[in-house]
Amino acid sequence: MSGTFVGMPAFPSAAREALGDTQLRRNLAHATRTIRDKRAQVVGEVEEWEELRLAGAGVKEAALRDLATHLETLEESLTRAGATVHWARDAEEACAIVARVAKSHDVDEVVKVKSMATLEIGLNDHLEREGIAAWETDLAELIVQLGDDLPSHILVPAIHRNRAEIREIFRRRMAAVGRPAPDDLSDDPAALAGAAREHMREKFLRAKVAVSGANFAVADTGTLVVVESEGNGRMCLTLPDVLVSVVGIEKVVATWSELDPLLRLLPRSSTGERMNPYTSTWSGVTPGDGPQEVHVVLLDNGRTRALADEVGRQALRCIRCSACLNVCPVYERVGGHAYGSVYPGPIGAILNPLLRGVEDEQTASLPYASSLCGACFEVCPVRIDIPSVLVEQRAAVVDSHRSDRVPKAEAVAMRAAAWTFSDSRRLRLAERASGLAGRVLGRFSRTTLPGGRAAAGRLPGPAAGWTGARDLPAPPEESFREWWDRTDGGRADGEEGRS
Amino acid sequence: MNARDDILRRVRSALDGVSPAVEVPTAPRVRPRDHADLVDLFDERVADYRAVVTRCSSDDLAATVAAALDGARAVVPPGLGLDVAGAVVDDPSTGGHSAAELDAIDAVVTRAAVGIAETGTIVLDHRPDQGRRAISLVPDLHVCIVDASQVVADVPDAIALLDPARPLTWISGPSATSDIELDRVEGVHGPRTLHVVLVG
Repeated sequence: MSGTFVGMPAFPSAAREALGDTQLRRNLAHATRTIRDKRAQVVGEVEEWEELRLAGAGVKEAALRDLATHLETLEESLTRAGATVHWARDAEEACAIVARVAKSHDVDEVVKVKSMATLEIGLNDHLEREGIAAWETDLAELIVQLGDDLPSHILVPAIHRNRAEIREIFRRRMAAVGRPAPDDLSDDPAALAGAAREHMREKFLRAKVAVSGANFAVADTGTLVVVESEGNGRMCLTLPDVLVSVVGIEKVVATWSELDPLLRLLPRSSTGERMNPYTSTWSGVTPGDGPQEVHVVLLDNGRTRALADEVGRQALRCIRCSACLNVCPVYERVGGHAYGSVYPGPIGAILNPLLRGVEDEQTASLPYASSLCGACFEVCPVRIDIPSVLVEQRAAVVDSHRSDRVPKAEAVAMRAAAWTFSDSRRLRLAERASGLAGRVLGRFSRTTLPGGRAAAGRLPGPAAGWTGARDLPAPPEESFREWWDRTDGGRADGEEGRS
Repeated sequence: MNARDDILRRVRSALDGVSPAVEVPTAPRVRPRDHADLVDLFDERVADYRAVVTRCSSDDLAATVAAALDGARAVVPPGLGLDVAGAVVDDPSTGGHSAAELDAIDAVVTRAAVGIAETGTIVLDHRPDQGRRAISLVPDLHVCIVDASQVVADVPDAIALLDPARPLTWISGPSATSDIELDRVEGVHGPRTLHVVLVG
């Protein structure tokens, strides 16, 4: 009962479709503006925010640079605390582990805390194929699941839906999977939240097995941390007998005290609050309190691939706050679905290629889904230099096509440019041609740039892709070298006064 | 090769030649303040989440808690150290109440481990004066008694005091969501009303 990102078109065509949806654009503009303002206000309260960012980046960077040691420590601490540790190289292995644990308890359903890692591995679909229903318990995830929809934001997966749409989804779909929505349900957010509370409660009370992710995993104490708002996380982490947590290996921090900068950075960056309503931490099993069987699945699924990338490695510092989505001019206009992944926005544009490589066309299109304006870097609580990684990933995409039998137009153009620039006679000829084009355009072009310079509008042929959205300034009628020859470098009559 | 060894091998090979030593800058601390100011800030910040805050002296505690409950039937942890009229005690040594039983109870009264002024956060470490995690989660009204002496300035102070071996629940206001148009709504799955009784 969920959509899939598999087979999504590459970013440019997905984005074009999204841009045509005015309702979507209105929903997104409203939501991102609200969250940007809230974040700015609570970040402004912290005098030493920049120092806090440096500390947060430092904690994550240090953990990544000695990751193997910390993972071994984490495994030891967790085991000592009564948890069972599993390792999964990829999505398939991780899903199989969760399914095996659930089946060993003869259940046909599990309750889930919102978790990016389990979305990434497609756990719900896998469990469904094994005959186990996975109930999303976070309000936004519930909206996405009931609407047979896809998440479009890391923090607020249903950000593309407005209250009226949500009411319709609840009224049409809740009854089929549990307690129906009340007949007189209004589109007031409080009433919608109330309907979700009633709907989920029976599932929480009867659930035997819960599945979660973790925001952080503390190596020296074996502590997992889940940061949330609604209390659905607490329900899942507390009431069932069995808890399985799927944790990306990059979630590790070395010590308990290093949680400090991160727990101060995350809520202010994410929901724009001083602190999120609920944070739960647990270390293995606590006798007599909460789940008495605790499993932790440590997941690679491309993370070691990203770790090997010298520039891209910093993307693994990400704490999934989604501040970069909310400030991104591209995300604000196209929304999350166009990125074709559970990780949309600027972080998704680097994380997906880093985790999966740039071999398929969809992933390879993502590093270009940016104007490189740099707003994402500015708000990132762990200082991921997203623009630099984007540029590096664009290079990776170009490199991956170097041995293509049919080269791309861009590669042909670059090769031609190199050939021209490497010989002064060829360059002179090219300049003459370009000067002629400049004179023709200057006379006949109907497009002018600010300042009055003539420009070419849409060009035919291979240049159409480039000029479809850009004006190409008309080339100067005289090249620098022609000017130098004519005026002897500016020394000839009539030129001296102009220098 | 098993998955564990394979992943650790991949990690080591990805980091081949990378120096593990990085200097981690110390996280900044808020400027120290007078403790009475901290308690005032805590009061203000908790209330900011639309939680109810009542301040009282230790002599008035029982009456203040009774007023906060306003007749609601409550469950209390075994070590609460306060008589709450009509309350049932959740005794973990006999297994405690089931989730369904707790669902039929209106309220819970607990103490806390730490209060954080800067963020208006209460932390429970679920010792006997706070009880199992389930009792402060399922009932709809949570009356939480915080002693003024338990209030610290900011997150790092709390982290230094707390024992990670214990399960911890950090609570900042009532259950809330911003999932609908990023409009904050109080009251989803956790207690819809948080009433903090600040003593001293």
